[in-house]
Amino acid sequence: MASDVASTPTLELRDVAKTFGPVVALSSAAITVHPGSIHALVGENGAGKSTLIKIVAGVHRRDSGEFRLGGQTVDFSSTAESKAAGVAVIYQEPTLFPDLSVTENIFMGRQPLSSGRRIDRAAMYAEAEGLFDRLGVHIDPRRPALGLSIADQQIIEIAKAISLDARLLIMDEPTAALSGVEVDRLFAVARSLRDEGRALIFISHRFDEVFDLCDTVTVMRDGRYISTKQVADTTVDEMVSLMVGREVGELFPKTPAPIGDPVLTVEGLTSAGVFHDISFEVRAGEILGLAGLVGAGRSEIARAVFGVDRYDSGQVRLNGVPVPPRNPRAAIRAGMAFIPEDRRKQGLVTEASVARNVAGVIRSSLSKAGFLTARAESRAAEPWAGRLEVKTGALDMDAATMSGGNQQKVVIAKWLATHPKLLIIDEPTRGIDVGTKAEVHRLLSELAGQGLAILMISSELPEVLGMVDRVLVVCEGRLTANLDRDEATPETVMRAATHSLETQR
Amino acid sequence: MSDTSTHAEESVDRETAAMLRPSSKSPAARMLTTVLRSREIAIAGVLLAVIVAATVKTPTFLFSSNGWRDLLLTPSLLILLAVGEAVVIITRNVDLSVGSTLALTAYLTGRLFVDQAGIPVVAVFAIGLLVGAVLGLVNGLLVALGRVPSLVITLGTLYIYRGIVLTWAGSNRINASDMPDGFLSLGTKTILSIPVLTMIAVVVLVVVGYFLYTHRAGRDMYAIGSDPDAAKLYGLKVRQRVCAAFVLSGALAGLSGVLYAARYGTISSGAGTGIELQAVGAVVIGGVAIFGGSGTVWGAAIGALLLVTINRALPILGIQDFWQQAVVGALILGAIILDRTLSARRSRKLIEARDAS
Repeated sequence: MASDVASTPTLELRDVAKTFGPVVALSSAAITVHPGSIHALVGENGAGKSTLIKIVAGVHRRDSGEFRLGGQTVDFSSTAESKAAGVAVIYQEPTLFPDLSVTENIFMGRQPLSSGRRIDRAAMYAEAEGLFDRLGVHIDPRRPALGLSIADQQIIEIAKAISLDARLLIMDEPTAALSGVEVDRLFAVARSLRDEGRALIFISHRFDEVFDLCDTVTVMRDGRYISTKQVADTTVDEMVSLMVGREVGELFPKTPAPIGDPVLTVEGLTSAGVFHDISFEVRAGEILGLAGLVGAGRSEIARAVFGVDRYDSGQVRLNGVPVPPRNPRAAIRAGMAFIPEDRRKQGLVTEASVARNVAGVIRSSLSKAGFLTARAESRAAEPWAGRLEVKTGALDMDAATMSGGNQQKVVIAKWLATHPKLLIIDEPTRGIDVGTKAEVHRLLSELAGQGLAILMISSELPEVLGMVDRVLVVCEGRLTANLDRDEATPETVMRAATHSLETQR
Repeated sequence: MSDTSTHAEESVDRETAAMLRPSSKSPAARMLTTVLRSREIAIAGVLLAVIVAATVKTPTFLFSSNGWRDLLLTPSLLILLAVGEAVVIITRNVDLSVGSTLALTAYLTGRLFVDQAGIPVVAVFAIGLLVGAVLGLVNGLLVALGRVPSLVITLGTLYIYRGIVLTWAGSNRINASDMPDGFLSLGTKTILSIPVLTMIAVVVLVVVGYFLYTHRAGRDMYAIGSDPDAAKLYGLKVRQRVCAAFVLSGALAGLSGVLYAARYGTISSGAGTGIELQAVGAVVIGGVAIFGGSGTVWGAAIGALLLVTINRALPILGIQDFWQQAVVGALILGAIILDRTLSARRSRKLIEARDAS
């Protein structure tokens, strides 16, 4: 730990920069991790932690800066190289092969071999059982990875990393989907790995975990290195102020809006294995937040309400009129708008012009005798793009070349052109740089002020707490809390989001 | 909580329990259930029924030296192609050029005997395999480096390879008299009443099947087909493995080209037209998921056997031409629908079991 500071650091990054097209993900990132230490990396979503990790893991290549592993300058161009150099990464979202057995998932690419370079299956299963014993879980090593819960998938990822015998283990929010018992077990494993002299990087949004587990903490903000402190010498307040670096109110310009009649009413919505007995309503002028851990079923609920996914039972009504299931067109006609999480894939034709994107959903009402002219599209798009201050030189610019924030505004403009009564928006600011985020927030707030009902899904707790009038918390497919704006604190929301996990196991 | 857990016990039936805890059984019992529940056994059952029906109607279908020989001999070439195709499909790709590769190497075989009189048969086999492998490598490189779907790439090379044969052969035809008797007899020769061609096909099948199950490269191919993005994050050599699958498929198509020459004696530029679709059909019938990641070459081989045998049995059973084609189509559609239904049911059950726990 602190006494090891004199030794060669396992990992040393300095002045690392990385851009993706127009988006600057990292401007000057730095971190130094010593052997036998658990190093926390904290920062808001979008601060560049994941990009940093991916550079160390060999997924991305840095544009500039120094990157040393065990004192030697390295430059990984593939994940295989970083693995060979002793770096193991547990990604936020597990990446498993569903068709293969749990054991094969752990050992893929480096299975134990017997004579003739044949895979020694018996040894492989035995080793997997040993790993599971060490982690204290009961997963059959021969079962397929398909159908594992997020927590179990995470366990598989951890088993994989441990079996790699890595000198640097990076855990990107490994506890996000784990229950209390599982977290304790993970921490015990992490400590034993530290005591073996390995270096660990631990990314988490939960400060209690950082203080419980880590000895050093590095704070990042807006793609930059801010500060490194000994955990013993710092406080939660200090860390928060380093992370945020600005007033929260500035970021989330929530203007109170008069709340009207219920627009969306959902009753007893159930889809086996995904979510259960979901009932709630969204009123005119209200922003309702749907919070929960990744994989809890938030997006799935939204997709079912909009009619993209099927559900087994329950009813969705808009202004009192039932909306038929499995029929997004009917949902649009009824007055719903849906902005999915991955706007590049599902919300935007990136190769098409802004005008065409905005006019896309109202195409049928614009066409004359079945023909659609670029002029008609531009005419329809203009007022919306203007109102949302989409900064593009002209409406005929390709959406692909725009920044994430402007893309998001184009998607919102596209749906506003349908005159919706309800806007469902999934992760409104994911992948958007901090400056533009506030613009998207202001826009949502304004729209609510004009009487639009908004259902917002977000993984960013500050965003949820700053923007919404009311927050529903989903945990493992069930609603576990319905909190008013003044009741909702990071603690109450997180407790509800992990609640049933802890009572069930 | 207590009512959910009783509900859980009802919904988690024995089948799901077996999926969740396969290790609870002894190794022998485990192997027995896996084999009995496998798609391969189901298709083998259908195959058996077809053979029995045809034999009851016309006993010589099976009980005559020719009947028995044809039953094993006719599917041999398709089995070779299906084994290669299965490996490609397991990596979530497809190879549509195998028919053209077969034609090219078959014609090449004939030309070698005509132009290089006295060339040893072994050398012809080696050249056929090598040329097939090179044609497969072209496919593999285009797919791995071009990042274009293999369906499009191999559709292109299907026409290009066929075009090469057409230009080269023109209206020429290689006849049996152009090739040495020792080579031609390979096509029909039997040892202990098993045709040599069938033996070659079975040896290839066993080697490839064993390799896929026991070697890292083989498991990599399953992983790549199961989730290509995850495979990249794992640091698997995705391009290399996909390329290797195409090389194998090409080499086996090359081998079947040589065997085609030995089996039929006459080779024109139209040899093997459309056989690539039969190969894909055999693989799908054999239980290899068209989106990769699961299935075995054993299944693909049985699928090929079934496809060929049904084609031969239906005329005997007095079924009209139109219906013969339709039955094959129904078989392929049925196999895909069965596959989708079974895998949907499986994932649903596993998810329900997770919910309940």
